[in-house]
Amino acid sequence: MGRTLAEKVWEDHIVRSAEGEPDLLYIDLHLVHEVTSPQAFDGLRVTGRPLRRPDLTVATEDHNIPTIDIDKPIVDPVSRAQVEALRNNCAEFGVPLYSLGDIEQGIVHVVGPQMGLTQPGMTVVCGDSHTSTHGAFGALAFGIGTSEVEHVLATQTLPLKPFKTMAITVDGELAEGVSAKDIILAVIAQIGTGGGQGYVLEYRGSAIRALSMEGRMTICNMSIEAGARAGMVAPDQITFDYLKGRAKAPSGADWDAALDYWSTLVTDEDATFDAEVVIDAASLAPFVTWGTNPGQGLPLSGSVPSPDQARDEVERVAIERALEYMDLTPGMPLREIPIDTVFVGSCTNGRIEDLRIVAEVLRGRTIAPGMRMLVVPGSVRVRLQAESEGLDEVFTAAGAEWRGAGCSMCLAMNPDKLAPGERSASTSNRNFEGRQGPGGRTHLVSPAVAAATAVRGRLSSPADIPAVA
Amino acid sequence: MEAFITHTGTAIPLRRSNVDTDQIIPAEYLKRITRDGFEDGLFSSWRKDPDFVLNKEHHAGASILIAGPDFGTGSSREHAVWALQNYGFKVVLSSRFADIFRGNSGKGGLLTAQVAQDVIESLWEAVETDPTVLVTVDLESRTVSAGSITAEFEVDDYVRWRLMEGLDDIGITLQYGDEITAFEAARPSYKPVAG
Ligand code: SF4
Repeated sequence: MGRTLAEKVWEDHIVRSAEGEPDLLYIDLHLVHEVTSPQAFDGLRVTGRPLRRPDLTVATEDHNIPTIDIDKPIVDPVSRAQVEALRNNCAEFGVPLYSLGDIEQGIVHVVGPQMGLTQPGMTVVCGDSHTSTHGAFGALAFGIGTSEVEHVLATQTLPLKPFKTMAITVDGELAEGVSAKDIILAVIAQIGTGGGQGYVLEYRGSAIRALSMEGRMTICNMSIEAGARAGMVAPDQITFDYLKGRAKAPSGADWDAALDYWSTLVTDEDATFDAEVVIDAASLAPFVTWGTNPGQGLPLSGSVPSPDQARDEVERVAIERALEYMDLTPGMPLREIPIDTVFVGSCTNGRIEDLRIVAEVLRGRTIAPGMRMLVVPGSVRVRLQAESEGLDEVFTAAGAEWRGAGCSMCLAMNPDKLAPGERSASTSNRNFEGRQGPGGRTHLVSPAVAAATAVRGRLSSPADIPAVA
Repeated sequence: MEAFITHTGTAIPLRRSNVDTDQIIPAEYLKRITRDGFEDGLFSSWRKDPDFVLNKEHHAGASILIAGPDFGTGSSREHAVWALQNYGFKVVLSSRFADIFRGNSGKGGLLTAQVAQDVIESLWEAVETDPTVLVTVDLESRTVSAGSITAEFEVDDYVRWRLMEGLDDIGITLQYGDEITAFEAARPSYKPVAG
């Protein structure tokens, strides 16, 4: 019988399998950052175990580093201690580290692909749930906890139970102004935050094939928001073109050998998935969230829902609680929701393509009075590329702040936070209570919606704002 | 790791669904570099509310958390498990757990026992009626019981075995060093290296 893409990659990494036990899987690439690693390195020290493959391990500083004044010492002493712990651990165990100030520094899920480290058919892990991003290359990539980080450091393997597979087929053409972010928000609203639990999702169909690598990363990134283990897209010419010539991509005879292998990484015609979801791309519109989990989203043309629309008691309570936290009343048109902060960035939408879309909307316009807008590139290289295209000037001329690379207001571990009661339109991936600062309220949006919202001061798509004279 | 066979204690009813790890422990508490002391961050924003169930005097000392569906969604932070354990929880019951959270719990020795939502509902009622009622979670027989309620729970066989033996995953894997070395020898040369 045929095999799915995910099954092929899994089988190619089995070190050992035995009845009644999890498979032991080899890990090709282990990405590390400052927040989830200190206790794992400590574990190695305590047990006297060496780090098996420092050459397959890469670290960056991203979660709690500042995005301004990066040449000065980190002000928050606890953040500084954590970053210093990473530096010491990497030096002690021989792990390559891209520190603040390094040209390769950035959000771990932006850095891996951009260096060409993430390639089709690999297993990629990181102590971060958005590791699913790397699945855009046809890699099996998933987030792990700190004990598993320690396990990979010590053995370069992980004992894992097989997963189920789900096909998410998006066929047809997206309407003007509808992006990868809208696809994935619509998918999560449809299957729910637990709908992907136990599954690896494979995104297929003509609308997915038409997306750039950036768009595919945006979609795979948020697979975890549907509860899935991972998300994947089969590699194709767009993938190969993206990789060719990157620093860590193979070259010469290795490139040819790799390409031969990568070309086999598609789901066989006769393979079956455990579940299937079909979405008509043409039916999709700009999508925004109104609640406190990523499944609580609706098309921008919709209105805040009422608890009466819930399918069961659990959902009714969830809606009530979300409305209370978000301070919204049922029936209010989403386009009328006033926004005071716009955040553009994160491993979901902090890549060059995202910044270009935002700049295109902002060019010749200014952001609404009283609006605070942060534009935070996903990596130093994204920042430099944007500056070479003059995008930074567009942002600052419009009234936005142009920052250094990092996670920033995506999770508010650094000083970039919402104050209690503030309301953001954010291109990040989580709208949980307090995610962007205690008491802060988050609406998840695409880059185009973020930019138009900054201009109009209410949730908007570019079609809602007047043309530039 | 300490072996887990059976545990008896009082329980706290957490009538919320989709409790994500940002709620269990907000990011601002993640800056520590040790594995202990996270109890102060557990549900910290909800605990500001004096009516929040963890703040109830009569639930002090509880060691079992009875949660709504989709517990532990979101971020992979293992600090969520440590925070629950540091606070004193040994078991979380829910009708559905997020995968990564469940995996992390198994590694750290926190038992995540999955039962049907109607069992959760009756446990909630039992514990709310009498907060002193003792709940027993028995890993050997895979049952949870409290007063007149007895129900089976689901737990992965392998995780159950490891918890009952108190075994450390890394130690188990290191026995297969030769297999790992053999696998490495056969890896294609086009696979990237970091350094
Ligand atoms: S950008 Fe946000 S979601 Fe992505 S790795 Fe950083 S904190 Fe996590």
